[in-house]
Amino acid sequence: MKTLLKTATLSVAALAVSATMAFAADYPERPIGVAVSYGAGGATDFQARIVTMVAGNEDLLGQPIYILNKPGAGGRKGWNWFATEAEADGYTMSAYNIPHFIAQSIKGGVKYSADSFEPIANWGADPAVVVVGKDSKFNTMGDLIEYAKANPGKTTTSGAGLFVGHHIAALQIEKACDCKLAYIPTKGGGAAAMKAVIAGEVLAGVNNLSDAFRAREAGNVKILGVADLERNSFLPDVPTMKEAGLDVDNSSVNFRGLMVKKGTPQAVIDVLAAKVPEMFKHKRVASRMKAGGSPMHIMTRDEVKAMWAKRQDTLADLLKGL
Amino acid sequence: MEFLSYFGGVFEPVALALLFGGTIGGLILGATPGLSPTMAVALLIPFTFHLAPTQGLILLGAAYTSTVAGGAVSAILLKIPGAPANIATALDGNEMAKRGEGARALQLSFLASGVGGLIGVMLLIFLTPVLAQWALQFGFPHLFWIAILGVTVIGSLDSKSFVKGLLSGCIGLWLSTIGYDDIQGAERFVFFDALSGGITIIPALIGLFAIPQVIEMFAKGRRESKVESLEVPKYSFMDSVRELFSSIRALSIGTVVGSVIGLIPGVGGQIAGLVAYDQARNFSPLKDKFGTGHSEGVIAAESANNAMVGPSLVPLLTLSIPGSPTAAVLLGGLLIHGIFPGSDIFTNHPEVVWTFINSMLIGQILMVIFGIYTAAWAARIAKAPVPIMASGVLVLALFGSYSVGQSMGDVQIMLILGVGMYILEKFGFSAAPLVLGLILGPIAADNFITGSRIADAQDGPWVYFFTGPLNIVLVTMVVASIGYSFWTNMLRSTFADKSQKSAGEAPAE
Repeated sequence: MKTLLKTATLSVAALAVSATMAFAADYPERPIGVAVSYGAGGATDFQARIVTMVAGNEDLLGQPIYILNKPGAGGRKGWNWFATEAEADGYTMSAYNIPHFIAQSIKGGVKYSADSFEPIANWGADPAVVVVGKDSKFNTMGDLIEYAKANPGKTTTSGAGLFVGHHIAALQIEKACDCKLAYIPTKGGGAAAMKAVIAGEVLAGVNNLSDAFRAREAGNVKILGVADLERNSFLPDVPTMKEAGLDVDNSSVNFRGLMVKKGTPQAVIDVLAAKVPEMFKHKRVASRMKAGGSPMHIMTRDEVKAMWAKRQDTLADLLKGL
Repeated sequence: MEFLSYFGGVFEPVALALLFGGTIGGLILGATPGLSPTMAVALLIPFTFHLAPTQGLILLGAAYTSTVAGGAVSAILLKIPGAPANIATALDGNEMAKRGEGARALQLSFLASGVGGLIGVMLLIFLTPVLAQWALQFGFPHLFWIAILGVTVIGSLDSKSFVKGLLSGCIGLWLSTIGYDDIQGAERFVFFDALSGGITIIPALIGLFAIPQVIEMFAKGRRESKVESLEVPKYSFMDSVRELFSSIRALSIGTVVGSVIGLIPGVGGQIAGLVAYDQARNFSPLKDKFGTGHSEGVIAAESANNAMVGPSLVPLLTLSIPGSPTAAVLLGGLLIHGIFPGSDIFTNHPEVVWTFINSMLIGQILMVIFGIYTAAWAARIAKAPVPIMASGVLVLALFGSYSVGQSMGDVQIMLILGVGMYILEKFGFSAAPLVLGLILGPIAADNFITGSRIADAQDGPWVYFFTGPLNIVLVTMVVASIGYSFWTNMLRSTFADKSQKSAGEAPAE
């Protein structure tokens, strides 16, 4: 009896394994959806459409990728949906935005945390920059900080919402200069925050590097500093926060990439982890991203895992007092 | 007149084919419930990957203009406004279609769209630098007051009773608070998961407008054994043109309101049609006929929502700030080809920008031609027997609300709101003020929250919200609008007998 049970268990296990193997060998056999937690036309949506456009190539996934927009509540609606309702079969992926979803999960009230998802690969990194209007009296980070120290709580600084990269950067700047800004969250992504800077409604703003780059090209803003460890190739003349004397690291950099739900078969994750970075490296993807002024930063699954873990610690520390 | 020299680019074979394709495709997409102009343009972006920048933009420009106008088709024939822009069109347009005048309503709506649209694009061509500065003037306090100004028309919009109109608006304002607050991330009234993203506007529109009439139709089908079918008379094109120009007041009010409101980033497109409709009614001697299938209502609403298209691109093209969701998608379409909008775009990429703008100009005309051509044919939908019509509208409502975000939650919200609205309509409440509340609530709330944070860092809310010429003008308009509503409401109750008499006479015409 015992042996029989053992054989049965073994054969069931063997069946399960072979089923998974067969599943992985065929994967993907139909188009794959990518849920984007922001609206059509936003930076994440725009970039997700570009980086997935060659997925159908035979040497890559061999199946096309389509985009599902699930906007709402600063991304919470989309990620809640992904964490609770999506199937963990590899046919629904989601785009992630770091630090947004980790910061939101630390603040609570959502149904996900970094443990709910498995990263696949990272495609882009959009650092936060500090911008001021073109006629502003501030020309360097030093000018801005000096003003903020003299007028605590009066330096209105716009950014796209609370607990997003822009907010994190503003918090880090406040911590580093030991001064008080007046962070002004706007609705409608970076665009509304940028408009407030251009129109002179606020004294300064934190915004995406890619949007700020365009706004500077259009002659509307000055960029004072970039919240990253190194200068950016799009803006070689703009100093980093460290160079400007502020102890601000790259915690606010908006990393974008793809992830699947926890519980997705390991074999499927392996296929995706091998192919997706190749897809991001495709030369048509690179040329389109460059044309759009969107900085790329390709990272493999292991690198992303390490990055997530590090962000989790920094953000938990930074948001503790709030 | 620089733009004239780039007209050649629009008439190249590929460009012209794209223009035709974009216009026809846009009309079809626009007429499909649930596909808003924003989504239609987003769906087309991947196709532009394979095209030259100018060609891609011709496709997008033509599609944008025609989806906005196409939304009128489902609004008029099925009473499903495809996008917020078409809500006001449904009010009178659907009443006309029910009388068998669908062809007339459609022709008028396309002609009005064309006139409004052409003037809007002309403003974009000639006044862009001036308008860009004007658009920047609207800060958080001003957007807040504009939303409040919108709230003040709620009471008088499409309601027999002023108080019930206000109450409907309040229900809408309350519904708009459901879900996470976008700025601070606080959860409000999220009793089940589907509500976590709040009430998305398109499923709400579909539910509130389409479902009550579906229930009505099914109920009617049970009562009447004989299936009634409507006679749809042909309506001559020249008659429509004549009618359009005899309603010059509604047409100019629609165009002016649409162009001015369209320019204001973040507010424009959603409310242009409703505000124009309300103003056209206030200035009309036939005030009481609005809402009963009066052609001026359709003309004002449609000229406004297409007049808004041109000016809504001003902040995008000159300041690189997308002023509406559709403009944000178009920005993606520009970026993907390495074109950065900004004040120098007209000098750096004149061939791209002018061809794009010219294609919108030609697109408006093509849209009118195709629209008119199909109007007589599309209007026959009204001939469908009621049970078939009801099932068809129900299927489109389900399909439309699901397709917005591939989410059953949206379908549930659509159905619940629809059934709720059916019951409310029985008590004399109406959908239009409710939807206006739903749209304006977040605009008012978000701009107030952001504005008051700035105010706290500066001289306090009184100074921030009540000083400065633009604030004073807007506050005065709000006060005047409230005063006007009360005044006319009192007049109406004083002369209640008189107006009842004239309402009784109307069908005899």
